[in-house]
Amino acid sequence: MNAIGRPLLEVKGLRMHFPITEGIVARRLVGEVKAVDGIDFTVRRGETLGLVGESGCGKTTTGRCILRLEKPTSGEILYDGVDIAQMERKELLALRRRIQVIFQDPYSSLNPRMKVGDIIGEPIKVHGIQPDATKRTARVHELLSVCGLGPRFADRYPHEMSGGQRQRVGIARALALNPEFIVCDEAVSALDVSIQAQVVNLLEDLREQFGLTYLFIAHDLSVVRHLCQRVAVMYLGRIVELADSDELFSNPLHPYTQALLAAVPVPDPSVEAHRTFRPVQGEVPSPINPPAGCVFHPRCPIAVESCRRDRPALREVRPGHFVACSEA
Amino acid sequence: MPPLLEVKNLHTEFRTGAGLVRAVDGISYAVDPGETVAIVGESGSGKSVSALSVLRLIPDPPGRVTQGEIRFGGRDIMRLSDAEMREVRGGEIGMVFQEPMTSLNPVLTIGRQITETLEQHRGLDRAAAHRRAVELLGLVGISDAERRLRQYPHQLSGGMRQRVMIAIALSCDPKLIIADEPTTALDVTIQAQILELMKDLTRRLNVALIIITHNLGVVARYANRVNVMYAGRLVESGPAAEVYHNPLHPYTMALLRSVPRLDRPRQERLDPVEGQPPDLTRLDAGCAFRPRCRFAVEACAIARPPLEGPAGHLAACFRSREIGRVAGEAA
Repeated sequence: MNAIGRPLLEVKGLRMHFPITEGIVARRLVGEVKAVDGIDFTVRRGETLGLVGESGCGKTTTGRCILRLEKPTSGEILYDGVDIAQMERKELLALRRRIQVIFQDPYSSLNPRMKVGDIIGEPIKVHGIQPDATKRTARVHELLSVCGLGPRFADRYPHEMSGGQRQRVGIARALALNPEFIVCDEAVSALDVSIQAQVVNLLEDLREQFGLTYLFIAHDLSVVRHLCQRVAVMYLGRIVELADSDELFSNPLHPYTQALLAAVPVPDPSVEAHRTFRPVQGEVPSPINPPAGCVFHPRCPIAVESCRRDRPALREVRPGHFVACSEA
Repeated sequence: MPPLLEVKNLHTEFRTGAGLVRAVDGISYAVDPGETVAIVGESGSGKSVSALSVLRLIPDPPGRVTQGEIRFGGRDIMRLSDAEMREVRGGEIGMVFQEPMTSLNPVLTIGRQITETLEQHRGLDRAAAHRRAVELLGLVGISDAERRLRQYPHQLSGGMRQRVMIAIALSCDPKLIIADEPTTALDVTIQAQILELMKDLTRRLNVALIIITHNLGVVARYANRVNVMYAGRLVESGPAAEVYHNPLHPYTMALLRSVPRLDRPRQERLDPVEGQPPDLTRLDAGCAFRPRCRFAVEACAIARPPLEGPAGHLAACFRSREIGRVAGEAA
């Protein structure tokens, strides 16, 4: 296993703006969705970095840019020192072996007409890693076992399995090419409560066993705290806070992080009975026309005049604890 | 005071390609006026079907309520005519569903959808219905009501749409609201807004609430009582604080232990419920949780344990007394 250390991934000034067009024949550009609007972070080898935020904050788009399922508008994505942000298809092929993904929905991310064994074996075949069919089958069986499913599952179809088992298939497929880095996009969100903990434990075991590095994109903060060493909080295309997991959850500094944490109900009636709680007001503004200044200011309980005007930079307030708020 | 809603020995079945599914398999519970009762369970546990059965909204075929009694405000719902049932639905019983985009009509304005309910159930004329609609939007915290009433569902955010659903549910002064995963599709800050709104309104207007959810935190914050479902049956039922602090069923206990908690130090490792959820077409005579239960004994394979227990805290487990002790020691 690799010690947590030097950065495996460095994201610098990443922007992903999607054009909005009007008209059928003559397409005119009428605006842009600023899904990701200038973010910087690093993921160290062997760690799990959490990326949290609500829908539309840009966390999934960030993951898709790193996977190069999108070509970023601007910015750098240094993977192991090499900028992959503007790479072309051919160059990306080698990259795909090293960076894999686990998607949220195990119902729609597996081909319903393929047997589980073929789903897991396909990347091995496509990348020409193991042309020998017998050896490939052995590898598929090994992957199934690693993910807590027996080799007998190779002959099943996805619809014959439960949600938790399907997600294990998705994980086995991601592992098939021996990647170093896995983007987990809401990988446990669609699972039932009783199954979620099983898959979280599996992800932790695999990280240990194979020295993996994860970018864990999720909205469930209690799972994120459990799984991640560091956490970045996104709001409307920007990172508003980034810190070690323990630090972020015990000492959140950005008003948005504080609001997010306060909004999570604790599964204990006596704790809840003693918690006074006022939910943050308002809703997330449109990323087409984000507010000037700090993007959170219209909902912020501590906003001052300058927040409407100046966009706060992400600054280090303590070693390793970054926050984009002038008042924090 | 008699309960507002009493469900007795309810059975709902679905005929599927894979076989007969007893989605709800003999459940009984009651809801008092003004109280909030949670039904918790995982997908396929029968929590939604049990609520749809109360509303008589089970699509037939393939589904059918085969047995049971549902008494609401002293009347037997099963015996009402379809016309009478339509009066109850949306009238005395309001409904809020998970996905407001699919439960609102996309081609009618918000205003029309609220006034339609009022005209149908309350016989108000257009002007009176409009005035009431404005009032209702204010009640659920939507400002600029006149403009909002002219908008269509797609012009509203998810949180706004769910507020509209709540306004419609409240429009005819119901005695009971059934909310099926009302905030599951919403973001956590919006979820908090909607749940606080529902709590505030149900208290102020003394409306009983059945909230169906899989979120154990939501139950802890909002419910007076909890019914835990597993494989179509109630496995535990009681006051929320009791069930959380002194669970009597191994499933409840395991479920509560499996979730990471933000108010406690981080655990080294999560303690999951092992095994897979049951296949409802292949249940045997024994307890459905048996294959995943660390307390299972031979008796569990022979018959299903009945839901029983002292003083309103019930569990369907042959070993619930011992388990109560184990949980007590662990805490």
